[in-house]
This record gives sequence, C-alpha cells and structure tokens, in this order.
Amino acid sequence: MTATKNGILDSKVPEGDLKDKWDNHKKNLRLVNPANKRKFTVLVVGTGLAGASAAASLAELGYNVKVFCIQDSARRAHSIAAQGGINAAKNYPNDGDSIWRLFHDTIKGGDYRSREANVYRLAQVSNNIIDQCVAQGVPFAREYGGLLDNRSFGGAQVSRTFYARGQTGQQLLLGAYSALMRQVHTGKVEMLARREMLDLVKIDGKARGIVVRNLTTGEIERYAGDAVLLCTGGYGNVYYLSTNAKNSNASAIWRCYKRGAQFANPSFTQIHPTCIPVSGKYQSKLTLMSESLRNDGRVWVSKTKNDKRHPTEIPEEERDYFLERRYPSFGNLVPRDVASRNAKYVCDEGRGVGKTGLAVYLDFRDAINNYGADTIKGKYGNLFAMYEKITGENPYEVPMRIFPAVHFTMGGLWVDYNLSSTIPGLYVLGEANFADHGGNRLGASALMQGLADGYYVIPNTLGDYLAENLHAEKIDTNHIAFDEVEKEATDRIHKLLNVKGRKTVLDFHRELGDIMWDNVGMSRNKKDLQKAITAISELREEYWKDVNIPGESATYNKYLEYALRIADYMELGELMARDALDREESCGGHFREEFQTEDGEAVRDDENFSNVTSWEFQGDDKEPLKNVEPIEFEFVTPTQRSYK
Amino acid sequence: MSDQIMTIHLKIWKQNDPGSSGKLVDYTMDDVNPDMSFLEMLDWLNERLMNEGKEPIEFDHDCREGICGSCNLVLNGMAHGPEPGTAVCQLHMRKYKDGDTIVVEPWRAKAFPIIKDLVVDRYAFDRIMAAGGYVSVNTGAPADANALPVNKYDADLAFDYAACIGCGACVAACPNSSASLFTGAKVSQLAHLPQGTPERKRRVVKMVDKMAEEGFGDCSNYAECEAVCPAEISITAIAEMRREYAKALSEIV
Repeated sequence: MTATKNGILDSKVPEGDLKDKWDNHKKNLRLVNPANKRKFTVLVVGTGLAGASAAASLAELGYNVKVFCIQDSARRAHSIAAQGGINAAKNYPNDGDSIWRLFHDTIKGGDYRSREANVYRLAQVSNNIIDQCVAQGVPFAREYGGLLDNRSFGGAQVSRTFYARGQTGQQLLLGAYSALMRQVHTGKVEMLARREMLDLVKIDGKARGIVVRNLTTGEIERYAGDAVLLCTGGYGNVYYLSTNAKNSNASAIWRCYKRGAQFANPSFTQIHPTCIPVSGKYQSKLTLMSESLRNDGRVWVSKTKNDKRHPTEIPEEERDYFLERRYPSFGNLVPRDVASRNAKYVCDEGRGVGKTGLAVYLDFRDAINNYGADTIKGKYGNLFAMYEKITGENPYEVPMRIFPAVHFTMGGLWVDYNLSSTIPGLYVLGEANFADHGGNRLGASALMQGLADGYYVIPNTLGDYLAENLHAEKIDTNHIAFDEVEKEATDRIHKLLNVKGRKTVLDFHRELGDIMWDNVGMSRNKKDLQKAITAISELREEYWKDVNIPGESATYNKYLEYALRIADYMELGELMARDALDREESCGGHFREEFQTEDGEAVRDDENFSNVTSWEFQGDDKEPLKNVEPIEFEFVTPTQRSYK
Repeated sequence: MSDQIMTIHLKIWKQNDPGSSGKLVDYTMDDVNPDMSFLEMLDWLNERLMNEGKEPIEFDHDCREGICGSCNLVLNGMAHGPEPGTAVCQLHMRKYKDGDTIVVEPWRAKAFPIIKDLVVDRYAFDRIMAAGGYVSVNTGAPADANALPVNKYDADLAFDYAACIGCGACVAACPNSSASLFTGAKVSQLAHLPQGTPERKRRVVKMVDKMAEEGFGDCSNYAECEAVCPAEISITAIAEMRREYAKALSEIV
C-alpha cells in the first residue's frame, strides 16, 4: 500500500464516467461486518464539522470511537463561527442549478487545481447533507410556505446556499455535535475534551495511535487505535492575525507531516475580502463579515488618493465602485481571491480608507434605499450588530470598512480519493486536507466539504482499510513505539520550557505573522519569498534560544500550549514560502507578481503546473522532497477564469 | 474611534488549582486603548506579567467573535460584563471610563468547578446534551429536506432557541445556579420542529433530570439568565421546558 507509483502520487481515483465514479467505487469497497466493527477503535482528532460528523457516523456503524478536542467541549470547534451558509445542488429555486453546475463552479472557482472526481463527489453528496441536517433539526431559514430558503454567494450565478441567519456553521456544528453526544450516551464514543495531539505513533509504517497532552493536568496520555482521523482544521494562524479562532493550529497535521504524511499545496491560502480592519498593535484576531454581505453591499473607494472626507460627503460621481467597474458580470460577487486582490490594489494606490488607509468601503446605502432598512436588518441584522460592537460605528448610517484577512487554507495534508494520507491508517478530513478546493475555495463550500468528508465519504472508505487490516495485530499503549514518541514529545516540551529567554511567544508569533503577510500573502514574488525563507529560519533559531514560557508542564498552562503550536508554525511557514516559490504561476489565492496580465489578472500555467505539489519531510536540516500529482481534466476544459 | 489612552484597575481571581483557595489580585493597566477588546487587555496584561517574570492569568477563550461560548468572565458581578447580548470577548474597552475598577471572576457554580484562575469545567453541559439534546437519526439518506414543510413562525422560533452558545452565563448569573435556560433552549428548539416530535416527551424528562443530577439548582424565575445571555435567549424557553416536562410526566407511564 504505497501512495506513490513510479514517483507519482496515486490519487486512487476510480475509473469510469464522472457521474458513476463514486457509486462504482462504493460497490467495490470492502465491508466490515457488524460483529467485526466492534473490534476496531478509531481515533478522531478534532470535533469540527468533519470530526464530529465522522465520529458520530462511525459510531452509528458500530465502531468504537475515541474523540479528542482542545476546547472544553466538542461544540466549540471553530466550524461554529462559519456565518454565511452551505452550498448544495438542490435547485429548489429553479434557477438552473445542478450537480454538474455546482461541480463546475467549484472546479472553476478553485482555478482548475483540484481533482475532478473529488469535486464531483462533493457536489453529489451536497444534497444528502442538507437532508441529513434538516432531519437532525437544524433550523435553516425558511420561506412562508414552509420550504427552505436559498441565497446567492460569490463565484456562482445561482442561489444554492442554505443558511441559518448568519450562524450557519453554528447550527450545522450543533447538529453534528448533537449526533456525537448521542453516541457518547450510547457508549460508542468516548469524548476526551481538553486534549491536544502532540504526535502520531506509527507501527510497521501504519498509524496506530496518538500521544496527547491533557490540557487540564498537563499529563501526557497515550491512545492506541486501528486508524487515526485528523480533523483538525486549517493553519491560517501562521499569519498571526486571521479569522481563525485563537486555538486553531497546525500542530497535529505538522507532526504527522514529520512522521511521513505528505503536505500538499501548503501555500494555497485564502484571503477573505470582507473582514473588519485592524485597529491597533494589541489586535489579537480578525473578525470576518460574511461574504453574503456582498449580495447587497457595494464595494467602493474614492477616485482620488488620500481622500480624507467622511464617506457620506463623497458624491456619487467621485466614488469608484471598482469591482463593478472591472467585473461587470459578477460585480461585487466575484470570488474571494479576486475581491481581496483588488482591495489591495486600490489601497496600494493610496485610495484606502479609514485611519490606517488599509480598508475599503462596503456600502449598504443603495440596498437600504431600495428594500428598506428592515429588510436589510432581517438579512444581516446580527452581522451589522457585530460590526457595531467591534468598531463602534453604525453600518446603517456609515459604510462598513472592510479589508482582506487570512481565512482558510486550501492546502493541507495530501489525501487520495479515500481521504487516506500517505501514511496507511491516517486519514485527513475537512480543512486539514488539501483535497477539494484547488487554488481557491468558494464561499459556503467549506461547510459542505467538512460534512461530506465526515458524513458520507469516510464511513465508506475507512471500512475498506479496516477490512484489509482485520487480522492485524492488536496494539496496546505499552508498545515501545509509544515510549519513543512520548519521550520525544516530553523532551521537546522541556526543551522549550528551559529556554527561559526574553521574548514572549506572542512577540515571536507577531514577527512570524508579519513575515508571512508581507511576503507570502496576497501577492508574492521570487525575491520576497526567498527573503521569507531566510527570515523564518532565522526567527526559528532565535525562538529556540530566546522564548520565554511561564510555568510548568504538569499544570494547566495556556502559554505552553501556545508555544508548542508556534514552534510548529515556524517550520510550516517556511514550507509555505518554499511551495509558493516553487509554483511559478498565478492561480487562485496564489498570486505571483511575475505571472500576471497587463491589467493585473492572474496568469495560470497549465502546461507546467496543472498539478498538486506534495512535500515530503526528509529531516530537520534537509530540504523537503517535492512530489507531484498531475491534475488531469477529462470532463471540463480549463479556461482562464474570467468574471468580467 | 478614540485615541484616548485609559487607566483601568483590575481585581482578578487567581486560584492555582481546583483544590486550593483563591483570591482577588490587584493589577493596574495604564495603557488601555478604548478600541481594545476586554480579552485583548488581558492578553496585554499577561505580556507584561511574563516580561516581569510573573505568572500570567489563565482564562478561557477561542473564537473571540461571540459564538464558540468559551469565554466566561464575570465583570463587576455581571456575567459577560455590562454590554447586553454580548459575550465578554466582544466587549470593548470603550464601554469603560478612565480610572474604572473592574472585578474579574470566573463562573461560580457547584456544577462548574474551577480548573485554574478564571478557567472552569463545564462538562456538565455536555452530559445534559448527551442525555437527550438531539433527534435520534443516524447518518444516511433521510427524506428530501423539503418533504416536510415547517411553518416559518416555528422555524424562526426554533432558531431563536438554537442560537444558544453553551457558555454557561445563565448558570453563573442565577442565584440558584440553575441551567434551566441552557436546557430549556434545546428542549424548546426541538419542541418547535416536527423533527423533534417523536422523542419530545422522553427528551425533556431525560434532560431535566440530568440537569438536577449534575448539581444545578431549580429555576425561581429571577430572570437573571435572560439578562446576561449573550445569545439573548428568552426565558420563555424555561416556561416551555416546564410545560413540556409537566405534560410529559403526566403522559409517560
């Protein structure tokens, strides 16, 4: 069972017509009979949409499941914060949607850097997800007739997004969490909260367990299993400021990378266009305003540079609605990467607004005039209230100020069609894997992917692996492999604690974030990326000599947790820069300044880069090995993305 | 936006572990920016403490946008502080005046033991949910989502209750440390949806009984919970839960 054939990664995409691949594949997967399912233990790390839905679904099938989360409750995973909605190809509004169209929009939105088969499967199961969530009692928005309501989102010309006010992620996660708690009640799931995965235990090349830190007591604990599912989310916090929750981190996937799981397209980062701008140095995170706002809000800046007038004093003819001007057919609903980059351009030109000049307006004046303030409040009331809480400004009267912020990472651990990483028995779901979004994720597709992986993909594909391993030796946590991994983990903790330097973890994180944002951010070039690689490596060296971590290991110690995560980010950031340097084209969220048209649009290079770049760890002092998986298009024809 | 830097006096609960006794410790911050969030001020204070070689203050937080329900501070006796409908992570210092003193404490309830400083153990909420806070449907292929219309009034009301973020402020604010608002919100959400109907009676009995077993008190209609709830859940949730409970008991043999 190797992931590479002749040096090329094998995606294990099944043969056949696009429409039949998943069904055919399911027919060919081996099954585990109910009595044998009880003999297997699956370790699920993370309880967001992917983790909670996978754990609940596997327990329902009869597997024994142990679930780990870093928060005090599974319900707090960061999926909870997703606002806008979830896509599905139901075509309830009768506006021409179909599985094919959802598939096609997602492939195109991802700038033709994702696998056709994966994305088609995603579109196929999208409809089941909505049915499943409604059956769980998820209170989606409804029309007066009692049927479900839809809205439109960036990158699509149909209304296919299901939503629950501005809290869709919360409601979907609570649905999955409820299903999970039901299995906790039956005893099929053991819930282990406030546990952070420190490392993976491999035996005979297969994933057989994990070592975790109990965040309440500081104790190191060992868990053995027949398979490990990583559902630990993305790594946007490598930029320090992002819309991710403060505890979201890459340590679980990074540790697995260092154990042999390949990391695919690490530089593919989504910068979300509509976030509340930074107000000062003390800023600890950025808050997203849902993309759905772009349905009714109009994005503009003044036509003149350094225009210090109050926005309401700038007359209509002196405003530049730059997205509507440049992209007349999609207007304010262009995909996220396009909207973000254009906001950056106008700010670079000196036309940015607000105190810092790093913001553009998102104006609801026209929508309020056309539909009335009550209608707008009904659609976006909670978002407007949140904006006012954070900024102290009333968006019904003054245009919102928005600026792009790191939001999602399309890159992640490489997985095949079965969601298996390059380590047998280690599966990766949701944002933690690289699979479905290519170079750019469309709005309302993250929730779809997390739940597709957890509810509908892994319950089928994991069985095939476990059936193959039915007679494998049962491992317990006294195995020497656990001793070794635990020792490495504790040594690392003590080494960090004993540095007792002069700078706090936050100081380092902020410095790393600045390097990443300036050089590996919205717009990248060779010189800056090379500079970033050197700078990160120097900062990392300094970190291990001069970081100051308070307290001890054997207690609750949030700054120690934080320090361990930053140590990993210091390595991941470098890989991201390396990947961005290697990919000499512009595609999706990855914009290389050397590869653009005269009017600043991205230029993709399908001849040389229609592939996934997957990096393989070779050792701390060695450069990683580059592997590729060609992305071939059998059913769609890649075109230069145009939203004009 | 204001550039006026403020001085804020803090009295913060410090407690080493669940077994030891704690106390309020005084700190003064003389560089508080009004645009800072309350938690950013604590970050700032912790940076200073660590630079001085002192122990930082432990507090729970995660999303910092009012939805994950991790943060749990009582400010001057009010759960989540003075701003209505706002979790403390979204409270900004512009709500305070230069020279103000703020007492910062964790949730206090028998069912929420303190882990360290301002961090508490809220697993009891998960156990109430595990007792019955769900619709028992396995993952599979249920009927089409539009096969069962739900009237908009009930769907909207169900959402109002479903908006609970599970933070526990209701318990912290209640003189009886009752979890009735939390439990009532889930019971009422599912009672208003046809999907919740088959298990309606069983659910309310199991969840309410579990709540009592976990050491939460009963509701005496103080309505303090509603006053502090960051998701603005109405106490009609409690009235609905009681009605559901009484009906269920009278009908379940």
